[in-house]
Parts: sequence; structure tokens; C-alpha cells
Amino acid sequence: MESFDVLGHFGQYGGRFVPEALIEALDELEAVHNQTQKDPEFLAELAELHRTYTGRPSIITEAKRFSEHAGGARIFLKREDLNHTGSHKINNVLGQALLTKRMGKKRIIAETGAGQHGVAAATAAALMGLKCVVYMGEEDTRRQSLNVARMKLLGAEVVAVTSGSKTLKDAINEAMRDWVTNVHDTHYMLGTVAGPHPFPTMVRDFHKVIGEESRVQMLEITGRLPDAVLACVGGGSNAIGIFNAFIPDENVRLIGLEAGGDGVETGRHAATITGGTPGVLHGTRSYVLQDKNGQTVESHSISAGLDYPGVGPEHAYLHDVGRAEYRAINDDAAMNAFALLSKTEGIIPAIETAHALAGALIIGNELGPKANLLINLSGRGDKDVQTAAQYFGIPL
Amino acid sequence: MTALDSVLVKCRTENRAALIAYIPAGFPSRQGCLKVIQTLVDAGVDAIEIGFPYSDPVMDGPVIQEAADISLKAGTGAAEVFEALKVASDTGTASVVMTYWNPIERYGVEKFAASIAENGGAGVITPDLTIEESESWLAATKANSINPIYVVAPSTKDPRLARVTSKTGGFIYAASSMGVTGTRESVSIDAKDLVSRIRKVSDLPVCVGLGVSTREQAKSLAAYADGVIVGSAFIKLLLNAKDEKAGLEAVSQLAKELAIGVREGR
Repeated sequence: MESFDVLGHFGQYGGRFVPEALIEALDELEAVHNQTQKDPEFLAELAELHRTYTGRPSIITEAKRFSEHAGGARIFLKREDLNHTGSHKINNVLGQALLTKRMGKKRIIAETGAGQHGVAAATAAALMGLKCVVYMGEEDTRRQSLNVARMKLLGAEVVAVTSGSKTLKDAINEAMRDWVTNVHDTHYMLGTVAGPHPFPTMVRDFHKVIGEESRVQMLEITGRLPDAVLACVGGGSNAIGIFNAFIPDENVRLIGLEAGGDGVETGRHAATITGGTPGVLHGTRSYVLQDKNGQTVESHSISAGLDYPGVGPEHAYLHDVGRAEYRAINDDAAMNAFALLSKTEGIIPAIETAHALAGALIIGNELGPKANLLINLSGRGDKDVQTAAQYFGIPL
Repeated sequence: MTALDSVLVKCRTENRAALIAYIPAGFPSRQGCLKVIQTLVDAGVDAIEIGFPYSDPVMDGPVIQEAADISLKAGTGAAEVFEALKVASDTGTASVVMTYWNPIERYGVEKFAASIAENGGAGVITPDLTIEESESWLAATKANSINPIYVVAPSTKDPRLARVTSKTGGFIYAASSMGVTGTRESVSIDAKDLVSRIRKVSDLPVCVGLGVSTREQAKSLAAYADGVIVGSAFIKLLLNAKDEKAGLEAVSQLAKELAIGVREGR
């Protein structure tokens, strides 16, 4: 299954499409990452941080009342929402923060859409005594004002990006411009499995703990592997994190749920694999939402964290070789699942995660009551209360 | 030998640096761009770079971003880029296109190189294409006898400089400093060091860009570089001009000053 090569390709996807100014830093990062993945001391340090700071291993909760709406299939939630900072993002930032220290760099920059990665990056920076600047689309600073305040409380500087569509895509552009300029003392703490090599592999390596834990937990709880593993896909980090350990298990279906926005057919969506074409964006070749001239098309989703016109190259590869399936979930279906999980299980999920839950309702009905589904509950919904209240007409 | 190769040889024999000007296609408007090209040629620039406006220009500062936004909103695409290229090359001035990689891939790698050649282009500058991803592009540029022009940076180490420059044609684009495009008060001392390191591994002409906006800067770069590349400074004048006529006059005046600068460096 592994088609990854030394240049960071997954089949025709991945690679490096970046200004020459960044090659040196990417080479250094790749070398340090490869080194530390084989260094027991580094791995022990990270594992200890996860045990005493993140709160790993994260538990699995069986969603029995929710399952009643999913054709009776048993639904198991991998509770990444219970991690410190409220999402899976902490796995990656702690790993990258340790690498940053190894490289002797003192400053990190990060992009953020929903603010989850920005908050996680600011948290890791505070913990390790690094200076932190987070780039966030101006549009998103409005949608996610609570997270802006959190990042500031954590000591980070938040830069509202006013160029282009003023969302995650433009925040990444601005972060890359900063990195090109300050690469000598700055590490770009990219938040997803996209970007130039080694980011897609490195970020996956920091998240694969999700799948490794889940695989053992599912065997313990149910005595067998799940029939399907589901996760939402924006850039795709939580999905790769939970998929990775199951890739060799060919009988386990891997299903990524993309943001269908108003519907893929309307053109107002962020379902990059479902509705996009192969191209190059932000340093990597993958599926991209683009027009006939290769210009990136603006994405649309109620979920700021999935509102991205690209996707990680490994997902593009898993899709093309048929190992993983990708489906689009519209805003309305995601919000219904958001409300349903809240009311049936007492768990308010992130709107991003609600796309995976909506997928579970569909897949559960397709597979029937004998199926076991594992869902990555990638984040909690505290940050989304304002958006959800607005959507459901709850006065604030 | 492309028109670009020839003009750089000519400048070398005249013991001076070449002046290369950048203008995005479709900026300040489709027709306006064509007028800017003629103005630059009349003012004495040696080569023209036509920019392919792109939605995600990570190597560009705010000035070129703004120009790209204006151009893209007006609907600029490959057709307008090739139109501007043809107008530029028809003046007899060596002309190249500068573009991020995705528009090339989307257009078709082989087809893009062929269209460059058909419209009189001498080469293409690809700021985000690494040599590791260049196999199909190098084959296409070779088949169409155009120059693949790569950008190197002060952070590029010597062994890699040798590898990148060995794939390059026309000239080596040396980024004067670490950073994005845009005018700077001074051009960093990194540029001189980078050019001398390139000289040790390549005989190709070396042109320096990023941050150049004045006659004095052009003069100091011309002392050791084969060419001086100016982009944002022209665009800034066009963005700030009260009307098209004033913009063209300002561009003409700056180009003339820079043309003097590249002739008084040695």
C-alpha cells in the first residue's frame, strides 16, 4: 500500500512545489523528523507529554442512542474531543513543537481556519516557550472570535489575513510568505496533512496514534475490527490519523466525509476530492477546486475547519487506488447530525466532526445492524455554539 | 539560441547589465497592459516578463498581489497572457512568461511550452517549480526550444545551486534576499554573495530580482550581475497613478532611469 518515495510522493500526488528559498528548511525538517522517528528518547518524550498533558489515550464511547438513527449499526466514537484544547490537533503541534526545539528555532507560525489548530499551536508554543504568530482569514476571525481570544490569552499574536477570500487558503499563503522571509529562525507549524513534503508524512506520523489506539480498543471492546472507519476531511489530518493503522486491513472500509456546503452540484462546497480535479496548491499536488486556468476556486462550508479548496495528497492517492472512499455531506445534513449527537448522547461535536457523524447515519443504514462503525470524534463543539445557535435560531 | 540568450550576450559585449521589466498580463487592464509593454520597450528595457496572475501567489508581496487581484477580477487567463507575450515579442524585445506552476499544469505542460514558442516567447520563469518535479517541463521546454528559468535563493546551498543551475536556461534568477516580491529600501548584501556562489558553478548569465526600484540600486547590482529585474516598482506607480496616461508616463520615466542605472554600474 505504501507508495511513498524519498521525494514525498503518493503515486502522482504529493511532492514539493515551493520557492527554492524553502528547500533548505524542508530538507532540515525532513532530516530531523526521520531522525526523531527512530529516536526512542524523542518518542518517549512525546508519549509522556501525551499521557500527562494531552490526556492520551483518548477513550472510545459507544453511541447507543445515536445508533438508533443509523440503522441499528453499532457506533463507536474515538474521543479526540476530550484531548487538551478540544481536538485531535494537539497531537501534531506537540510533535512539531519538539522538532522546533531540536532545530534550535525560537518562533513558530501557523495558519488556522476554525481556530482549532491555531489554539493548539498557541498552546504548544506557550508550553515550550516559543514565540507564536497565527495567521487567520479575516472572515474566520469573525466566525470564530472565541478562538481568537483563546489564542491571545495563550500569548500568541493573531494576524487577520485580508487578502484573497480571507479564509484558510489565504491564511496559508500569508504564513508561507512569512516563512520565506523568516525561515532562518522560524518553523512553519502546518496544521494538516497537506503542503510540501515532508508535511503530509510528518503530520500523519504525529496523528497516527489515533488509529493505533483505536485498533487495539476496538479489538478489546468488540473482539474484531470495525467494518468501517469514518472521519471528516478538510485537509484530512484527523482522517489520516485514524485511517493509517487500518490501511493494511483490507476488509475495513475507510470513508472520508467532505464538506458538501450547499451541495456539490451548486458549486458552493469544499468537497475537494468529490468535486475537484488534480492540481497543485500550497506546495503539493493533490485534488484542488480550480477553474480552467488553474486558479483556485473559493470553497464554501458552514464549517470553517473544512472550508479549504485542497486536500492532503495521501487522501488523493487512497481515493485513486480505491482504498478509501470519499463522500460529500451538505451543511444541513451535518447540522442535523450535530443536533442529534448533542441530544442523544450529550456530546456537542465540532461542526467539522458533524460531517463524519452525518456520514455514519448514512453508512449505518447501508450496512445494517450487524455493522460496527468507528467514527473519529475529532473535536468538540464549544467553539461552534455561536454558529449553531444562529443556524437553529436560538437567540443569544 | 533564444532571443533572451542573444540579448544577454549583447549586454555582456556592451559590458553592462540588462534591464528586465515585469508586468502582469491584464494589468492595469487588458489594453493597458499592452500599452505598458510598449512604454517599457520605448524606454529601453532589454527584456520583458509577462506575469500570469494567480490566485495564490505565495512568492509575491502586497503590490503584485493587488495587481493579480485586479487582473483576475477582469477575467485574465492563459489567452490574455499569450496575447501580451505576443505583443511584447513582436516589438523585437526578448520576452518571457513568469508563472506559478499550477496554471501550466492545468493548461497542459507540453501545450503550454508550445504556446510560449508560438507567441514568440523565449522562456518561462517558474518560481515554485522545483527541479525534482520538472521532468515533464524540461522535456517540453527542450522540445520547443525555450528557456526553463529557475529561481535560486540566498539559502540555496552550493551543491543544490549546481544542480538547479544545470537545469536552467537563459539566465539564473537570483532572489536578492529571503522574502517575497516588493520594493525595499536597500538590496541585501546576500545578493552579492549569492551571485558569486552561482558564478562558481555556472557560466549562465545571472539576473537579480526582488526589491529593486531605483537607479542607484540598479547601478549597484549592475556592478556584478548580468541583469536587473524590476516588477513591483512599476506596478506601484500604475496603482498610484491618477489615470492611465499619468501611469504610463511614470513607468516610462522610471524605466529610463533604471536603463541608465544598468549602464553605469561598471
